[in-house]
Amino acid sequence: MNHLFLTAWTDILESLRARWFAVYTFVFGGILVLLFALGLTESRVMGFTGLSRLMLTYLQLSMAILPVFVLVTTVRSLSGDRESGVFEYLLSLPVSLSAWYWGKMLGRFVMVYTPVLLAMGGAMLWGGLTGVELPWRIFLYYSALLMVLTWCFLGIGMLVSSVARSVDVAQGTAFVIWLGLLLFLDLILLGVMVQQYASPNLVIGIALANPLQVFRTAGMMLFDPQLVLLGPSAYVILDHFGNLGFMVYALAYPLLLGTLMAWIGYQWFRRGDLP
Amino acid sequence: MISIQGLRKGFGKREVIQGLDLELEPGRRVALIGSNGAGKTTLIRCLLGEYHFGGEIRVDGKCPRKQRCEVLRLVGFVPQLPPPLKMPVGQLVRFVADVAGSDPARIVAVAHRLGLNIDQNRHQPFVRLSGGQKQKLLIAAALGRDTSLLIMDEPAANLDPEARGVFFELLAEKRDKEAVMLISSHRLDEVATLVNRVIELDQGQVVLDDKVDDHVDLNSRLACRVRINRPEAAFARAVGQWGFTAAPDGLQWEGSVAGPDRLRFLGMLSRYAGLLAGLEMKDAGHG
Repeated sequence: MNHLFLTAWTDILESLRARWFAVYTFVFGGILVLLFALGLTESRVMGFTGLSRLMLTYLQLSMAILPVFVLVTTVRSLSGDRESGVFEYLLSLPVSLSAWYWGKMLGRFVMVYTPVLLAMGGAMLWGGLTGVELPWRIFLYYSALLMVLTWCFLGIGMLVSSVARSVDVAQGTAFVIWLGLLLFLDLILLGVMVQQYASPNLVIGIALANPLQVFRTAGMMLFDPQLVLLGPSAYVILDHFGNLGFMVYALAYPLLLGTLMAWIGYQWFRRGDLP
Repeated sequence: MISIQGLRKGFGKREVIQGLDLELEPGRRVALIGSNGAGKTTLIRCLLGEYHFGGEIRVDGKCPRKQRCEVLRLVGFVPQLPPPLKMPVGQLVRFVADVAGSDPARIVAVAHRLGLNIDQNRHQPFVRLSGGQKQKLLIAAALGRDTSLLIMDEPAANLDPEARGVFFELLAEKRDKEAVMLISSHRLDEVATLVNRVIELDQGQVVLDDKVDDHVDLNSRLACRVRINRPEAAFARAVGQWGFTAAPDGLQWEGSVAGPDRLRFLGMLSRYAGLLAGLEMKDAGHG
C-alpha cells in the first residue's frame, strides 16, 4: 500500500481505538439526537422549520465545538506521540516524511469529519423516512462548510503540533488560538470595536480573516440572504462579494488557510528535529 | 558503509556532539559505550536522520537526512525505550513489513525464535505487552527484514537469559552477512561477546576507539591466571568452557585465551566480578 494511505489507515485505526474519538462521536451524534428530542424540527425561526431549522442549529453548535475539539485532539495526539518516543521509532522506518505528515492529516480528517457528516446524513435519512421535506441545498452547503472548517482547524492543529515541542505548550497554544478566534466574532470583540468607532475596514478585515466568523456569516446566508442579522457590515460583504461570491469565499478561504497552515507545519516538521 | 565527518549537534546553547569523526566499514560490530549524556542516543538519532546536524554523515554514500528512505531501508533499529504504541501487535508487524517492503512472516518467525508468540498476542495492544515482550517484538521487527546496518540502543536490557542467547545467535547470523552493527550500551560486558570494535563517547567526542581484532595478532595467545575468593560451580562451568583448569583448592584457574577473544573473555569474567580476587593476563606469544 502507498505509504501515505498506509499512514492514514494506521491513524484511522488508532483513532477508532482512542477515547477521544468515542467522546467526539458521542457528542456530535448526541447533539443531533438532542435536537430531535427537543422537537426542534417543529419550531420555526424566520420562516424556517423542519430539517432546515435543525441543521442551522446543528451548524451553530458545530461552530462552537468542532474547532476546539479538532485543535485539542490533534495537538495532543501528535505532540504526545513525539514526546513519548513514538516518532523516534516509527520515523526510523523507511516512510517518507511527506507520506507520514500528510497521511496523518488525511487519516485524522476522515475521522473528524465522518461523524459530523454521518450525523447530518442521519438527520436527512430520518427526514426521508418520516416524510419531512429534505433541504438538499442546505444539507450540501452545510456539509461542505463543515468539511472546510474541519480542514482549516486540522491545518492549524498540524502547524501547532509541528512547532510546539511539548504537549503542554501545544495544547495551551491551540486553546489560545481558538479563544482568540472566538473573541473576534461579531458577537464579542468585533461588536465592541464597532461600538468604539474602529475603522470599518479593520473590523471587516478581521471578520473576513477569521475562519469562524466567515463560517458563521456563510451559515446565516442560506436563511438570511440579506444578512439582516449582521447589521451594517453586511453591506460591505454583499457589495464586495455578492451573495454567491461570499458563499464561495466561505468555502475557499478556510480550505486555503488550512492547507497553508498545514504546509507551513510540514516545512517546519521536515526541517526540524523529528523526535 | 558509514562515514561521519565533523558531526556537530546541539540543543540550544548546549553542544552534545562536537566535531565527531568516524568510519565504519562493512562487517564492523561496534559497541558504543559511554555514560549518560555522552551523546550515544544523539549520534544514533543523527544516523537515523531524525536530527538536524552540522557536518556530514554518509550511510552507503547517502545522507540520512536528505535520502532518509533509501538509508532507512538499510537500517534495523531497536530503541532503548519501547514506544507506547497503542496499535495491536499484528497491525504493528504488518505496518513495519509494509513500509520496509518485507514479509510479515519473517518478523513473526524471528519473534517466535525469541520466544514471543505473535499469534497469541496478535490483537493485544503493543503497549500492554510486558517489557521483555516489547523488546522481543522490536528486535524481531529489526532483524526480520533485509538490513545491512543494525542500530540498537541497549537491546538486551529487558530480555530473559534464554531470549538473550537467541538474540546473540540472530546477531551472529547477521554478522556472517557482513552487516554493520552499532550497539549502544552502558555496559560493555553485555555486548563484549558480539563486537569487534569499542567506541567510547564522552561529552560528544570519541575518547576511545579500540579496534579489538585489528591490533591483535590473530595467532597470539594470552596466558591467564584468575583467582577467586570462593569456589563457585557456575564460574567453574564458564571458565571450564574456555579450557581453564583449577588448582586443587578450586580458587585459582589457569589457561590461555586467543588474542582476538580477549574482549569476549573479559566480558564473561565481568559476570562474576563479585567473585574475582585477582586477574593476570600475559602475552604468551604465538599459539
